[in-house]
Amino acid sequence: MNSLDVVGPQLAVLIAAGIIVVIDAVVPHQRRLIPYVALAGLAASALWTVSWVSRGYEDDIFGGTLALDEYAAFFYFLFAGITATIVLASIDWVEREGRRQGEYYVLVLTACSGLMFLAAARDLITIFLALELSSIPQYILAGWGKDEKSSEAGLKYLLLGAIASSLLLYGMALLYGLTGTTLLTEIGSEVAANGADNRSLLIVATTLLIAGFGFKMAIVPFQMWVPDVYQGAPTPVTAFLSVGSKAAAFAVVTRIFFEALSPEFLSNDWSMVFAVIAAVSMIIGNIMAIVQTDIKRMLGYSSIAQAGNILVGLAAVSAGGGDAFKLGGSGVLFFLAAYAFTNLGAFVAIIAISQQINSDRIKDYAGMWKRSPFLAVMLAFCLVSLTGIPPTAGFWAKIFIFNAAIRADLAWLVIIGVANSAVSAFYYLSVVKQMFLGEPAEDAARVSTSPSIALAVGAASIGVLVFFVIPMPLLSAAESAIQGLVPLT
Amino acid sequence: MPFLLAESAATSVPTIDEWVLWAIIASPLIGWGLIVAYLRKIPVVAGGVAIATIGVSLALSFFALFNVIDADGGILVHTHEWFTAGSLSVNIGVRIDGLTAVMLVVVTSVAFLVQLYSTGYMHGDTGYGRYFAHMCLFVFSMLGLVLADNLFMIFIFWELVGLCSYLLIGFWFHRPAAAAAAKKAFITTRIGDLGLLAALLLIWTRGPGGSFDVGLIQEWATSGEPEGWIITLFALGIFAGAVGKSAQFPLHVWLPDAMEGPTPVSALIHAATMVAAGVYLVARFFPVFEASHDAMTVVAWIGAATSLIAATIAIVQTDFKRVMAYSTVSQLGLMMLSLGAFGYVAAIFHLFTHAFFKALLFLTAGSVNHATNTYDMRLMGGLRKYMPITFATCVIGSLSLAGIFPLAGFWSKDEILLDAFRENPGLWFVAQLVSLLTAFYIFRAIFLTFFGEYRGGQPVDPHDHDSHFEGDPAHPHEPPWSMRAPLLILAVPAIAAGAFVINHSFRDLIEGALPHALEHESSFEWSIAISSTVLGVLGIGLAWAIYQKHWLSSRSFAMGFGPLTALFEQKWYFDKLYEDFLVKRVLQSGWNRLLELNDKYVVDGVVNGVGTVARVTSDRMRVIQNGQPQAYGLGFAAGILVVVVAVFAANPL
Repeated sequence: MNSLDVVGPQLAVLIAAGIIVVIDAVVPHQRRLIPYVALAGLAASALWTVSWVSRGYEDDIFGGTLALDEYAAFFYFLFAGITATIVLASIDWVEREGRRQGEYYVLVLTACSGLMFLAAARDLITIFLALELSSIPQYILAGWGKDEKSSEAGLKYLLLGAIASSLLLYGMALLYGLTGTTLLTEIGSEVAANGADNRSLLIVATTLLIAGFGFKMAIVPFQMWVPDVYQGAPTPVTAFLSVGSKAAAFAVVTRIFFEALSPEFLSNDWSMVFAVIAAVSMIIGNIMAIVQTDIKRMLGYSSIAQAGNILVGLAAVSAGGGDAFKLGGSGVLFFLAAYAFTNLGAFVAIIAISQQINSDRIKDYAGMWKRSPFLAVMLAFCLVSLTGIPPTAGFWAKIFIFNAAIRADLAWLVIIGVANSAVSAFYYLSVVKQMFLGEPAEDAARVSTSPSIALAVGAASIGVLVFFVIPMPLLSAAESAIQGLVPLT
Repeated sequence: MPFLLAESAATSVPTIDEWVLWAIIASPLIGWGLIVAYLRKIPVVAGGVAIATIGVSLALSFFALFNVIDADGGILVHTHEWFTAGSLSVNIGVRIDGLTAVMLVVVTSVAFLVQLYSTGYMHGDTGYGRYFAHMCLFVFSMLGLVLADNLFMIFIFWELVGLCSYLLIGFWFHRPAAAAAAKKAFITTRIGDLGLLAALLLIWTRGPGGSFDVGLIQEWATSGEPEGWIITLFALGIFAGAVGKSAQFPLHVWLPDAMEGPTPVSALIHAATMVAAGVYLVARFFPVFEASHDAMTVVAWIGAATSLIAATIAIVQTDFKRVMAYSTVSQLGLMMLSLGAFGYVAAIFHLFTHAFFKALLFLTAGSVNHATNTYDMRLMGGLRKYMPITFATCVIGSLSLAGIFPLAGFWSKDEILLDAFRENPGLWFVAQLVSLLTAFYIFRAIFLTFFGEYRGGQPVDPHDHDSHFEGDPAHPHEPPWSMRAPLLILAVPAIAAGAFVINHSFRDLIEGALPHALEHESSFEWSIAISSTVLGVLGIGLAWAIYQKHWLSSRSFAMGFGPLTALFEQKWYFDKLYEDFLVKRVLQSGWNRLLELNDKYVVDGVVNGVGTVARVTSDRMRVIQNGQPQAYGLGFAAGILVVVVAVFAANPL
């Protein structure tokens, strides 16, 4: 039995949420402190993770259901950073929205703790609980806006999320039935020993797992909710969905495929499934994104394509063999981090702009360069990173993923990936073109930037640049996180 | 490893400090940053910052050159690990050798003079600050490209150079022709870059242990370890990139259109530096090409075809600047021809001299434009009287281009002819023919522009607010000194740069960049020198007879060539073929068809609102809102089914 110290990072976040509830109820006139309490909680969580990094890790928590390994720590930092950026970006919006300010942050923090549990979970039941802990607040958040569109987004997200959860649960039940355990590592050894006898059920179970998490990852064919929900949900929430729950889903699947369903155990090669889904996701996401006129909807489709990119890394992992195993895993982690910075930067800039111009239409971004040079440059920079052009972290992210795929002999997938990057340049850069070469409308006012927005978008963009110039620290962190996962054969 | 010795034909090593090399690259970048951040609105200072920062690079480049000369053309590499992922490792580093040092001096000196010239030429333009910012960014990228010690960095800077070229061609982007030219240049060169990318991927997968290092690739290619077809494929990929950048046949069509950019841009980017980057790239990987004779043959004959096609088009142009543009394409073709004929030194020597005299010619074109408000030679004539300095320097540049003894162009062209003759008399014949045509078209332009009676220039259009033309085209005059001085300075190397041929100093310097000495020695040959000079004089004489003395009317002369004239005037129909057939018929109609199909089957098929919801009728809206999640759920189920079936199908029980 361990002390609560081992879940300290999650605990810090939840305690902050509790304090916020109290502040909201007891001293409502001090509400403006709430976001800072949230930030303090996230900072404490990150510090607690730092302390675990320096103390060494704890692999076996609560009977092996959780692990505080390098892998979990990597994601603790990532989720704390993501959530902090979301909080900073939400301050203006929540204040303007003017209702239930406390609850908003409580939900965001709760979702964050759920994401952290997901990254640490090594047991099917824990995974499921963590998933629900993170999902339920997000369903509510998606419907947070006052307009119909937001309610519709929330409801759709809830209904489809329920379907995904039930499929996942079904898959887990099958897996439990086949192996008699819920612990990932034990499932791993059981599959290795007797998997061949139950191949067909194992395939169905694995497919159901992929479907359940594929919903969160937003990969084809489980992506259809994405554009509607991304467009309808409040923009800060969209930003949170696009990086937070996507990263967590990839975190869980990567862990499952390393620890329980590793190619060394499975008689089936899942790399081809991942590779095909990756290719289709990239193609559909990019083609659909081209014709969009709403920037949030466009980023929704683009996030499907990006999920396809990340899946290329998983395909390399599943192909296994040589250094592809490690390269694929670390590539996925690097990509998730770089993508988090990049997409957050873009979304925060969009939050700031759309609040003031009251529009998400791309053509209303014309001449943004003259209305707010800072936001225009930052948004352009992040879009360049999403395309994968230097000097940005997004460039390395694609290089590492493709490198893994080449080492896994998936050259055809790399060619599709590179071609898709070229296609994506088309719509990402057309926004850039609008902002810099378009003429603003006659009555267009300047777009101002509040300090919190400037801090959020600035930090994200600096991250994008810094991890281009010195990618090695992040890549090493990703590599050691993956190495901690290598199965127990 | 911070310090690395590469193998070299030379014995000693340059001693230059690493920071000097990085400072050469960084200085214009700092200039760019300053201008973008603070100085866009303060024109005078923006120009000054550009000149100053590029001046720093210029001084340091000369320092580097002398350092390399002192070391008898040795190689020095300073490199650092950027990252390692598995067996892939990418370095960030600089490499200095004779080839790099010469390129550095060419780039920085021409860039410096062009900036000086630009302060006069761009005077009063609303985009003055933006112009110098782009120029600084370009010089930074070009210097990075030249100094990079590995293919990965080369590729990044290569793309950056292309981006700057795009921005500068389209500098006056509100002019439709300029915007179209910029797009054409960008897309056309991208086609070549696909080849370079393929070469990069090839090195990545098959190369020397996951490294992109130039020295290692050279060693790898000559080691005999990789199979022949890999070497050939790699060389051809590199060459494809060069074909795009250096405007070689069949991707040469973008360069003449690129003349829509400001003339100093044409002088710097589209005559002296960026277009020469293709030649530089082939030279950089010359050992790889040497290892593949097939690739060499392709390089030689593509170069030959380019030089001949462009020269024939140049003789019928009426636009002064386009004559120069086709001349540049033709001369770049000669350099490629030379490389393909194992004339590595001759090609770089010609690149070196050509950079000066062609930049000079472009700047005189800008000077003429500054006086007459046009590039149309039919509206010029007699400018000799009004603009003596422009006239004199233009003649110097033209004589050098025509290869007349003892100007710079004579020496470098002579070496090319010599190498071509040794390799293949057919190549030599083409090169000789091109020499004749070159002398003819450039002096045709001289006679039309500077001799006879002045035909009045292009009147200033009072409604054209974009034009910042100052003065009166009816009374042409010399430009300000900021523009005259660069002409006079550039005239010096245009005359004297050939002196380096004496006692083989240039040869030793350039050869030192290779891992081994060249087999193909060449020395001066009287017969080649005399025959090419005779042809050059003949070309000039012909131009004189037709356009000055009118002994032969140009019309009847053109008629004498019958259908060939039409072929030349239509630029061998390449633009027609590409634009009307490939782009309009094949690509656009194909794309439209694709969009149509997309609308019909994909968009309508997946009802849930691809495109805007607004486009869908309200009736449908209700259907979407009620029915959508079910449709999505159905998609889920179908997806699972497909995956399960696919896995079973792939791995039957």
